[in-house]
Amino acid sequence: MNLDTPELRAFRQEVRDFFARELPEDIRGKVAEDRMDLPKEDQRRWHDILVKKNWAVPSWPVEWGGPGWDDARQYIYEREYALADAPRHMSYGINLLGKSMMKFGTEAQKTRFLTRIRNGDDFWCQGFSEPNAGSDLASLQCKAVREGEHYVVNGSKMWTSEGHVADWIFCLVRTDGSGKKQFGITFLLIDMKSPGVEMQPIWTYDGGGREVNQTFFTDVRVPVENRLGDENQGWNIVKYLLGIERFGTAEVSRSLAMLARLKRFAAGARHRGGRLIDDPAFSRKIAEVEIELRAVELTEMRLLFGGAPAGAEASLLKLRGTEVQGRILELLYDAVGSHAQVRIGDLEAAKGVPAGPNQARHAGTAFFNYRKTLIYAGSNEIQRNIIAKAVLGLRG
Amino acid sequence: MQLSDEQNLLRDSIARFVDDEYEFSRRQKIVAVEPGFSRAHWRRMAELGWLGATLPESHGGLGGGAAEMAIVMEQFGRRLVTSPYLVSVVMSGTALAEAGDEAQKSRWLPAIAEGRIVAFAEGEAPARHDPAFVETAARRDGAGYVLDGAKHLVPFASEAEAFLVSARTGGAQAQSAGISLFLVPAKSPGVSLKPYRTHDGARAADLVLAGVRLGGDTRVGVEGEAFGAIELALDHAAAAMCVEASGAMWAVHDQTLAYMKLRSQFGQTLGSFQALQHRIVDVYIKCQLAQSMAWDAVAALDSADPTDRARRVSAAKAHLAGAAMAVGKEGIQLHGGIAMTDDLAIGHYFKRLAAIAHTYGDGEYHMERFRRLSGLGGNTG
Repeated sequence: MNLDTPELRAFRQEVRDFFARELPEDIRGKVAEDRMDLPKEDQRRWHDILVKKNWAVPSWPVEWGGPGWDDARQYIYEREYALADAPRHMSYGINLLGKSMMKFGTEAQKTRFLTRIRNGDDFWCQGFSEPNAGSDLASLQCKAVREGEHYVVNGSKMWTSEGHVADWIFCLVRTDGSGKKQFGITFLLIDMKSPGVEMQPIWTYDGGGREVNQTFFTDVRVPVENRLGDENQGWNIVKYLLGIERFGTAEVSRSLAMLARLKRFAAGARHRGGRLIDDPAFSRKIAEVEIELRAVELTEMRLLFGGAPAGAEASLLKLRGTEVQGRILELLYDAVGSHAQVRIGDLEAAKGVPAGPNQARHAGTAFFNYRKTLIYAGSNEIQRNIIAKAVLGLRG
Repeated sequence: MQLSDEQNLLRDSIARFVDDEYEFSRRQKIVAVEPGFSRAHWRRMAELGWLGATLPESHGGLGGGAAEMAIVMEQFGRRLVTSPYLVSVVMSGTALAEAGDEAQKSRWLPAIAEGRIVAFAEGEAPARHDPAFVETAARRDGAGYVLDGAKHLVPFASEAEAFLVSARTGGAQAQSAGISLFLVPAKSPGVSLKPYRTHDGARAADLVLAGVRLGGDTRVGVEGEAFGAIELALDHAAAAMCVEASGAMWAVHDQTLAYMKLRSQFGQTLGSFQALQHRIVDVYIKCQLAQSMAWDAVAALDSADPTDRARRVSAAKAHLAGAAMAVGKEGIQLHGGIAMTDDLAIGHYFKRLAAIAHTYGDGEYHMERFRRLSGLGGNTG
């Protein structure tokens, strides 16, 4: 795949110019600091700007209000989006639910939900993991019992990212426990305002603010029309959904942006009377991680555009990409030096502690927080199991 | 890099050839005796046009590019083919096409395409991979030169008809300026060889130059300005070795995986143990990443910007050096005791991978070069 054609160069420039012109500086600044707690108002403000440009749902076809871009344009857009330090898309609604609904939803569901996702009227979150169903997702127990035209849901969901700002949650619930664990799972769309839905924050050890929650369901009544796909067949949707994010699971674009920040920081940071970037040992570490990232980037290109189906091979992108990203953030943490030891709140609260370089404030939090990427969406050990089984043909 | 239909055909025919002729026991018979490669195969490769594939059409070649070179090297890597292809076609062919005058190109490029060997002789032991470190001296002598010095580890030197030698005509010991290239006929008085076998089954030699008198027409390119052509040849060699390593790494992966499915201990196959599954998965991932980097190095050879070319080639070679060693070691470890036997292929793949990792710039050298070219660091450390 040649991304260097005149048309695609012009497209890349158009995207760059738009972000340079339209991304509000205060929002960009927060993302550039790797802040974990971007307020909902900021997300909505940015989403509205994208809606006006018709770029809010970059992976969607024209039919549902997307730009209808080919793979090359989506790839370029995602790269420039990250390099511009734009806040992450609200991926749960746009990519995961939106694309799944286009495939499995009824016409009524599509009409009702998709435009609202596009326009930012509904923020969605995901209810998959449970206290006792992490890597072993299919063992989930949150229960739904059919009563007339409703399901009655009882149980709880873990790690509900953005749940505290979401309007809706898409959930996997157990409607039949008699067979194989992948059977009997149903995919429900639940209004967060429904009676019986409660949410508690899970405070993460990085100290970066509220990001994830535990969601509790007590006799929550969900209309049958809010079931996506057939009863007991939700696992098929899960399998489809996990394959949707072809771009981005390797986090290459975000990692490139982080690497650029690391270099900028090292070029500006004082280091024993010189610059940190001139320290041979430290700059050598940057060079090493840059090469490792390049290997992931080139492999992503080759697998995505090489004509071969990515399939389970894509597991390697997720696992290697997140390993490299963790390394970049560790180097940023190293680079910041003693300031990285100070908790964010105490740097910001004018307690007499010199704040240090601005972009450094969140280095510690970001490093600790991003250990999550090696765990979520199928831990890297699960990814290795997938490759062992599906690519290498090994049996346990 | 997308291959054309023609290039795919070339790959398929070379793959068939090496599968037929370089099954491991046959390969071992070839490397057991002098000259360490098959002269008959070498002739056939010349007849089939493989040796001239990358050389210019104006001088006896087929006018292909870096992709053709990579196709050959990748297949050689898969089957541990030994040959002077790298040192003669890739390195000398590249340097001559770049810097040679018309008379030199007309004489030597068609010769190389026909299978006559011009060995690129650039490295010196104390240089530790730095091509700018040249102690071999070329002193003006009337219209010509007198060369004195020594070159280390020149592949298949005993079979070479001529050497392409870097020598200092000016400048300080480790300066890139002041280096010239000379075509030195192997039979020149004062040229001698100290040949040896290498761990990977190939042959090489130290080339000793003692008062070797050369005509002025043997200098390739402008006096003192050969470093650009030398770096170009070395970047071609590094990229070539990257794809060769990629081919060899996949072979290690395939052989190790097959063995893990076959070998039983404790009543179950090795491949059913999760601790070992994760390790072979990491080998698989290393092979995938290395393949991407290797082919980017090949694509970089066509870059119009020498810095971009050098930076990408060094990124790939640094990456491949680490990955090749790691995959080689895992191939041995996952096989277990049987890997220690000389009759099994896996150890021989490891030896070749180790040689690749440490030839034409080891991982350290290329990492440092990449760092410098990336604007990282005020000094070279």
